[in-house]
Amino acid sequence: MIELKHINKSFDDKQVLFDLSATFHSGKNNIIIGASGGGKSVMMKCMVVLEKPDSGEILFDGRDIVSLEHQEMRDVRREIGMLFQGTALFDSLTVEQNVEFPLKMFSKMSPAERKERVNFCLARVNLDEVNGKFPSEISGGMKKRVGIARAIALDIKYLFCDEPNSGLDPITSRVIDELLNEITHEFQITNIINSHDMKTVFDIGDHIIFIYNGQKWWEGNKEELKTGQKEVKELDEFIKASYFE
Amino acid sequence: MFYKPERISIYFARIFDEMVKIGIGSLPIVAIISLFIGAVTTVQTAYQLTSGLIAKSVIGTIVSDSSMLELAPTITCLVLAGKVGSHIASEIGTMRVSEQIDALDVMGINGAGYLAMPKIIAGIIMIPLLNIIAITLSIYGGYMAGEWSGIVSHDQFISGARSTFKGYTLFFSMIKSFTFAFIITSVSSFHGFYTKGGALEVGEASTKAVVYSAVLILFFDYLLAELLLK
Repeated sequence: MIELKHINKSFDDKQVLFDLSATFHSGKNNIIIGASGGGKSVMMKCMVVLEKPDSGEILFDGRDIVSLEHQEMRDVRREIGMLFQGTALFDSLTVEQNVEFPLKMFSKMSPAERKERVNFCLARVNLDEVNGKFPSEISGGMKKRVGIARAIALDIKYLFCDEPNSGLDPITSRVIDELLNEITHEFQITNIINSHDMKTVFDIGDHIIFIYNGQKWWEGNKEELKTGQKEVKELDEFIKASYFE
Repeated sequence: MFYKPERISIYFARIFDEMVKIGIGSLPIVAIISLFIGAVTTVQTAYQLTSGLIAKSVIGTIVSDSSMLELAPTITCLVLAGKVGSHIASEIGTMRVSEQIDALDVMGINGAGYLAMPKIIAGIIMIPLLNIIAITLSIYGGYMAGEWSGIVSHDQFISGARSTFKGYTLFFSMIKSFTFAFIITSVSSFHGFYTKGGALEVGEASTKAVVYSAVLILFFDYLLAELLLK
């Protein structure tokens, strides 16, 4: 479980996150929705400590990662996987080497064990026969799947997905959604997804948080969204605009 | 950049890869430049030696000394600032804008240490070695030009080159190439690492890396001459 408590974040004079508190549950797809520029990505970057919040606490199963020392933070990072919007696969490495990379860096596995784990992860995301290809030689959907395979290569507890469907066609988007859903429940991962895609929310969302202008405006599950729409005008506008899109 | 590496063996492998890229990859251009610089120095020195009272062997002396003192380390490193520096800055810059460095950070890998440090170490090993090759080929180019054009005979050139040779000159040349190697790799890594934006900014970072490296090389060229040759 990840808890955010009273997070504030500014860039120069511009405050982006305002006293933001939220809880993300284990074994669930926690989806953060909101308009572009609303603070979703900054919130996610704070959670993976690519940005440090100005104040507040970020608790990973009770450990406040904001105040951790370098070595302790390294240990927490081994439990984190991230699927980037642009996949962020290493261009100079093959698909197989990309997935093997975290294992090589952090595990004590033998080359044979690593190979087995890589093949397991690639099979888990339904990819085969691309092991020797470079990221530039595979499609966008395949890149996303390789990104997921790399993220789960180590036994992670927390998965962060920044716009996992961006740049994908609707069919591939659903494939990725389903894959994330399966992995989350199978490995009991705390999955946090930034998304604009309301289809993702309704298909796999277990817990939904609506961010608007750097503040949390609504939180609930997908069954409660209809009530939320009636109560929060901004959420209603966002959902309607998403459908129009 | 100075945190303890996660896996030493991987860092050694990366240093070796970078040594191949920087050293072997730059060998053809360094060889071509050095040969022609030496050849041109011979021809131009002969052109300026209008007095018959000056021995032709002076051409050998000038070619060998100027190759060691200035031409090989400085010209080679200025060219490498363009070739190696732009490559480093654009490679790291592209990794930055495509979130690959963020991916390293999220995994708990020190991006600067993983990407920049092997390049810097590889540079300060390989560029001085390239300098030795450049000196050799520059003198050889000068010798061949003298022979082919009949400006200076084999014996005159060799005796001239040998007569004033000092070990300190070679040592000074190596100090220069070592310093310039550090400048090229560190400045380029810095500009690549702090790239913000997209493809346009990667290009800008690459240009900045070359320009700043070249200016710093020239500045340190003068500074080292002042400090070590007086």
